[in-house]
Amino acid sequence: MLSEENLKKVEKLKPRFQTTQALTLPVLWMIQQQHGWISSEAMLYVAQLLNVPVSHVYGVVTFYTMYNQKPVGKYHLQVCTNVSCMLNGGEELRDHVCERLGVKLGETTSDSRFTVTEVECLGSCGTAPMMQVNDDYFENISLEQVDELLEKLS
Amino acid sequence: MQMVGQTSPSVSSVHVVCHNIEIKMIEFEKIILTEIPNLHKIDIYEQYGGYTALRKALGMTPDAVIDEVKKSNLRGRGGACFPAGLKWSFMPKQSAKPKYLCANGDESEPGTFKDRQIFELNPHVFIEGALIEAFAIGAQMVYVYIRGEYKKWIDLLQVAIDDAYEKGYIGQNILGSGFSTDMQVYRGAGAYICGEESSLMNSIEGGRGYPRVKPPFPAQSGMWGCPTTVNNIETISNVPAIMNRGWEWYSKIGAPKHPGPLLYGISGHVNKPAVLELPTGVLLTDLIYDYCGGVKNGKNIKAVIPGGSSTMWLRGEELEGVRMDADSLKIVGTSIGTAGVIVMDEDTDVIKVLTRIAHFYHHESCGQCTPCREGTGWMEKILKRFLAGEGTMQDIDLLLDVANNIEGNTICALGDAAAWPVQSVIKKFRGEFEKRAKKSPTVSQYVKPPHLVETMLNV
Repeated sequence: MLSEENLKKVEKLKPRFQTTQALTLPVLWMIQQQHGWISSEAMLYVAQLLNVPVSHVYGVVTFYTMYNQKPVGKYHLQVCTNVSCMLNGGEELRDHVCERLGVKLGETTSDSRFTVTEVECLGSCGTAPMMQVNDDYFENISLEQVDELLEKLS
Repeated sequence: MQMVGQTSPSVSSVHVVCHNIEIKMIEFEKIILTEIPNLHKIDIYEQYGGYTALRKALGMTPDAVIDEVKKSNLRGRGGACFPAGLKWSFMPKQSAKPKYLCANGDESEPGTFKDRQIFELNPHVFIEGALIEAFAIGAQMVYVYIRGEYKKWIDLLQVAIDDAYEKGYIGQNILGSGFSTDMQVYRGAGAYICGEESSLMNSIEGGRGYPRVKPPFPAQSGMWGCPTTVNNIETISNVPAIMNRGWEWYSKIGAPKHPGPLLYGISGHVNKPAVLELPTGVLLTDLIYDYCGGVKNGKNIKAVIPGGSSTMWLRGEELEGVRMDADSLKIVGTSIGTAGVIVMDEDTDVIKVLTRIAHFYHHESCGQCTPCREGTGWMEKILKRFLAGEGTMQDIDLLLDVANNIEGNTICALGDAAAWPVQSVIKKFRGEFEKRAKKSPTVSQYVKPPHLVETMLNV
């Protein structure tokens, strides 16, 4: 389930921590980076790889919001609507993105290209409103620029 | 629009804004977000005196380093303002177990966006500070915990760490001193609570980010039960300047009891939102009007959150003369927090903003303690009733009652953080709630529930 390269990384990380359990988060990141989400099979694999109970891995996956528990679209649009963004049009941005793509929050478009979620503060308060697309921040973004961006990505 | 994630380590618009502002403060020398271009590169950093503080510290005894920081009166920048030197001195001198340093870059408090500037513009000042601290407390490993969303900044810091390894500043026998330490970045995965120090440690141990009951404090029992110190990224970034220039120089910057430069993040309804490095104790009104170009569309200010979403609000008319340091803000009934200032103009619906904050804390409660797990949800529900025009006069007191019963009754401070904004908004904007309350309440009279004993006696 993990690539050779990632397995090597895991071995390199092991001596840096007292337990293999500490590698739960990094390994889950590797899984998500390779497969886009964390399946039940993946959780079982991580548990065996690190010699920790599956219940532990499940507990971690369900605690942290960034681990996708179901497949997401190619582009995961994460719109911040916390205070500073809300004061600067974050909610309009959220509604605009949903309307344009014809999906509700948490849903994926039928062509599996886009998933839209609402997220909590991403530390971009000075450049609000903003949206994170996969790992990239798009800050100070206007509705027209969102349209352009979505056009480019579809 | 910036495509931040796809560009090389460039200067973000936030910083450009900082540069365009004419700094009114006299004789203030920035030590973290300096004007030096390309300071994120190790060669440039060395050229401007980088890593000399580390050399100096390695030539001293660990106790002397701690003493220097203690005397400088550097206080934590994560919100609690705890004296950093004192925290370091809690670490046992002799320990059979390994010792650890955790640098807290979780930065999830709404209104806070300062540490990413350090990772982007001056990562080496943080690395150098962390190495000095590791030497002072005898830590064999530095874990740098950074929120999962900051992938770009994690990568930028990793480049800086790799460069520092290559130059022999991190690793075995650093600069021939005999002291060795390693540095490992740990990526979070989306949990506000992991900014709380004990949750952060549980997260690095690979578990759910649940806060631990204190005592024992991390210095006695931290990572895997070993002595550990947790400090904010910004706190650590202040250390090299203290070592280079001495505690006397540092302690004279800004407010005497809370000295040093501070990274203020100003956002909301201001013309030029920015992260600004200024001395502590700057007037809040100067920050808003002089440094950030005033309120959008020339409007008046209705309210200000002075230090991130968990701090108590100030009304627009209370701002005059308020200084931004721990003690001055305490006098006006709030706190400096992370110095993340959020400005709201006169047309802001404060109940709507408060509902958003309540939703945030409800979402982020880890669920360990009943008052917080249930109470944050109840508060959100009551506030949503007001937004829908269904709130009643009794709901105002009910809301306050729930907040009062969360405060102080939880393992960590998230409960307090959820309660404080609610308490302060009811106190300062009660009229707004009353205006919104339904004229004919659903419950016409408050009926006291019968006490169990009374009920039994009546039988």
